[in-house]
Amino acid sequence: MSVTILFWAVTIAQIALAIAMVLASVRMIKGPRAQDRVLGLDTLYVNSMLQLLVFGIRTGNTLYFEISLIIGVLGFVATVALAKFLMRGEVIE
Amino acid sequence: MNHAAHLPLWAALLVAIFLLIGAGLALIGSFGFYRLRNFYDRIHAPTLGTSWGTAAIVMASMICFSVLQSRLVLHELLIGVFVTVTTPVTLMLLGRAALYRDRSEGNPEVPAISTPKGRLDKPQLTKESESVPHNSKNMND
Amino acid sequence: MSKILPYPLLTIFLIIMWLLLTNFSLGQFLVGTILAFIAVQGLAALHPAKPRLRRWDLLSKLIAIVLYDIVRSNIAVAKIILQGSKRERISGFMTIPLDLRDSSGLALLSVIITSTPGTAWIDYNSTQDTLLLHIFDLVDETAWRNLIKNRYEQLLLEIFE
Repeated sequence: MSVTILFWAVTIAQIALAIAMVLASVRMIKGPRAQDRVLGLDTLYVNSMLQLLVFGIRTGNTLYFEISLIIGVLGFVATVALAKFLMRGEVIE
Repeated sequence: MNHAAHLPLWAALLVAIFLLIGAGLALIGSFGFYRLRNFYDRIHAPTLGTSWGTAAIVMASMICFSVLQSRLVLHELLIGVFVTVTTPVTLMLLGRAALYRDRSEGNPEVPAISTPKGRLDKPQLTKESESVPHNSKNMND
Repeated sequence: MSKILPYPLLTIFLIIMWLLLTNFSLGQFLVGTILAFIAVQGLAALHPAKPRLRRWDLLSKLIAIVLYDIVRSNIAVAKIILQGSKRERISGFMTIPLDLRDSSGLALLSVIITSTPGTAWIDYNSTQDTLLLHIFDLVDETAWRNLIKNRYEQLLLEIFE
């Protein structure tokens, strides 16, 4: 019984997060401006981090936790660097 | 998913509910992010996923592994703390960068650089929102 | 005391973080303590401005209020997004003059405002002490100003100043 419940919950959650990732990437590709793309990348990072946490519940493996922590750190650094670039890049111009 | 057979029913239900709430919030946030019309509206949508979306999934993971390993597994809390601390930084930097870019382009949608000091005694709140005419009906199309 | 251990809270937090990342054992505790000690010394070499909390007891009240508000605004924003075009919605910028000067108090306020869906901290003007916000659902401006000024800033002023 609990296997069935958990299986369906995990599957639905993974599908929902996959759709969320697709929506974020579509916005990242469409833009229209650079700040939209950066925010799209950030949303994609957060969604994939959550996706990996759900993967961890699916497999029962705590290794996924470390991967998602690394993705979160990388996403934060990338977004901060890109946001800085958006400001500085225009200053020089 | 064989490990789930060791999970008692109440734990499975709790994990399932938290997972669905978290994933649902993340999906709604990304949907709003995809759908909304202007950048300053879009900046609000992903916070759904980063606030309670992340918190719910972290809680689901914590419950699942704590029950499975029959000890308190709390390391997922780190992800929650990390996301809560970092999201404001990224969003503030992005908001400021966007404002800076819009101002340097002379975009009429954003408020001008600053109001003179004397006018601050009576805070002028209506000015900005009135000066954003096509902002007002955002999701009409 | 302050020479050896300049940031006791940060040290404890770093040790707990290390134990959570590895596992709870005496060896890991020792490694974590050494690492936290080195990290804190490194931070002390930078001489950052030290935050001073005046009222510890109010911090838990603030956290409870913020968690409740985040749940509430999560539901509100999710509703607005799902309703789509059925509902007329006004969003826009608003300026709020702040009385809060303490930098850690302002940092905490920015975390509160940004992590609550529906409000976004855009810019803080330190010469005029005004805050530029973007509000997702700007129906009643005075209500939003009251929320920021009375609900959060009042508590933060008591905690930090």
